[in-house]
Amino acid sequence: MLALTITTKVMLGTALLGATAGVVGSFAVLRGRSLVGDMLAHAALPGIGLAFLIMGSRSMLGLSVGALASGLLAIGAVTLIVRWTRTKEDAAIGIVLSTFFGAGVVLLSHIQKPGIGGNKAGLDSYLFGEPGNMLTSDLLVLVVVGAAMLLVVVLLFKEFKLVCFDIDFAQSQGWPTLALDLLMMASLAVVTIVGLPIVGVILMAAMIILPAATARFWTNRLHVLLLLAAGFGMAAGPLGTYFGRGLPAGASIVLTGASFFVVSVFVAPQRGVLARVLAEYRLRKRITREHLLRSLYELSESQLPEIPNLPLATVRQYRHWNALEKLLQQEFEAGTIQTDAEHVQLTPLGLRRAAELTKAHRLWEMYLVQFADIAPDHVDRDADDIEHLLPEALLVELEQQLADEDRLPSTVAEVPSSPHDLG
Amino acid sequence: MTTAFEIHDMTVAYHRRPVLWDIDLTLPEGKLVGIVGPNGAGKTTLIKATLGLVPLASGKVEIYGKSYREQRHLVGYVPQRESVDWDFPVTVRDVVLMGTYGRLGWFRRPGRAERKIADQCLEQVGMTALANRQIRQLSGGQQQRVFLARALAQDAQIYFLDEPFSGVDAATEAAIVELLQTLRASGKTVLIVHHDVQTVREYFDYVILLNMRLIACGPVDTTFTNENLHKTYGGRLTLLDEAAEAMRQREP
Repeated sequence: MLALTITTKVMLGTALLGATAGVVGSFAVLRGRSLVGDMLAHAALPGIGLAFLIMGSRSMLGLSVGALASGLLAIGAVTLIVRWTRTKEDAAIGIVLSTFFGAGVVLLSHIQKPGIGGNKAGLDSYLFGEPGNMLTSDLLVLVVVGAAMLLVVVLLFKEFKLVCFDIDFAQSQGWPTLALDLLMMASLAVVTIVGLPIVGVILMAAMIILPAATARFWTNRLHVLLLLAAGFGMAAGPLGTYFGRGLPAGASIVLTGASFFVVSVFVAPQRGVLARVLAEYRLRKRITREHLLRSLYELSESQLPEIPNLPLATVRQYRHWNALEKLLQQEFEAGTIQTDAEHVQLTPLGLRRAAELTKAHRLWEMYLVQFADIAPDHVDRDADDIEHLLPEALLVELEQQLADEDRLPSTVAEVPSSPHDLG
Repeated sequence: MTTAFEIHDMTVAYHRRPVLWDIDLTLPEGKLVGIVGPNGAGKTTLIKATLGLVPLASGKVEIYGKSYREQRHLVGYVPQRESVDWDFPVTVRDVVLMGTYGRLGWFRRPGRAERKIADQCLEQVGMTALANRQIRQLSGGQQQRVFLARALAQDAQIYFLDEPFSGVDAATEAAIVELLQTLRASGKTVLIVHHDVQTVREYFDYVILLNMRLIACGPVDTTFTNENLHKTYGGRLTLLDEAAEAMRQREP
């Protein structure tokens, strides 16, 4: 037999459990079954108690069978309640989960009375988890379960993906969707049960949901999501036990997993909060700069092709500005304007950009007036909101459409005149 | 004319409440068939019952003379767009590849041949440029095209489309209609749940008028008459409604 220190065992065991729960949990989360894991875990408690009373010892295998049996009973109870009463599924899950858990707690306190099992029963670890109790044989169970799950997922990746995404389509192709669904559920049940003594019935759900939810922030591909979820789960176990020395291990593992999630919520590209705030900020900034250039164009328009040196006061009055000085400074650095304390003038480069922007703006305005029946005096604001987001291809199409309707001057390269009074 | 699709005496019930009564119909090969009727008429149910997604209370369905179970390799299916989670972590090409899963069978992964099929199908619906996009980033019309491409990848003989025009732009609708005509030209039969009575004459050869029971089924010219439309949309089928309601009331 391998001689492993308890620390090594705990590290290995929690990592294995985390990875397996992450992968199997991903399918549960994508199938909209996040809470089933939670229910299985909570509902396992009375089964564990009963198994202990019947066997009189805490062999992992016996207790697991008890846990599995009462977990499956709970799933059956939910199905029956939803089928035969008007109770909704989430309510039914809540009812069954807490009822079974309550029964489990009653059983456990009965077992801990002197003369029945006493504190020696050690069933407390099933509440909050106690990886320190892990035996080498438990580790072996984890290895076997992990390998089996890996095999199932690798073999049935395509089938699981299809059932999770579009179960009706899968069934129309002749896949045994009920059996595949049950297999996913059974995998979830097995992983949950082996995880119970390590993280406890209360927190096991987090091991199933957190890695998948975290991974979803980082990828749009299922196979990458599975790998990432395995990685997050694998890291949460050992890191949690390491940093949480002296604390309940299940709790510190779950908190580690939760911190991965929180970090991802903020820093993930595209889906993360920071990325979205940044994108919004950049857009706002671009819009103000485009407003400035367009205003300068409109103010210069009457004197073109000469580019007039505009008094700053006129620009200030033309529309409402936040921090005009800063904006002018930015444009000056970008080489689109010349400015001194009193005046501002578009450079040839600035004129060119401003003309393009104004053209896009007016094309959009004309389109709104022409095709969407918006009153010309309302159109400026509506146009402002959207024009900054119009892709170039759409603008070309717009131009073409207006040209077809004879609504554009013959040389479309020119900026058409505004369809409403300026200023 | 070869018979592509036949329903005998089909009755379907949800929770003992019948939604389709005694449907009998026969459709020849190579036609575009509109399934038309008011909301709750059982149009979607007709398709789902045909594909075995909801159980039949009675009756049977035949595709080219045999049961659906034996002929499912001849069938392509486009479910309603709202029926799936578009935030699911798959790309456009992944979804189209799912159309080939039925042929692949257990355990085998789509390979180069399947990817080639998927790309051809994407080209047919004009979505080649978006093959690697996550499906959430698509417009409604584009999502519908993806579903259509997936059905094309099934390489079927008879297609069932559930409201392919709902929530799509005019360009997509035109593109879908053109594609359907190409399918018809190559001898395929396409059944389409359709909401817009205005376009029935323009789009379809055959029409199934449905309102819990079959009102009429036949060529558009002779079947899509004002009288039949009135029967489909006008008079409420009070007796059937009441019977269904009575069944439901008996539920606890």
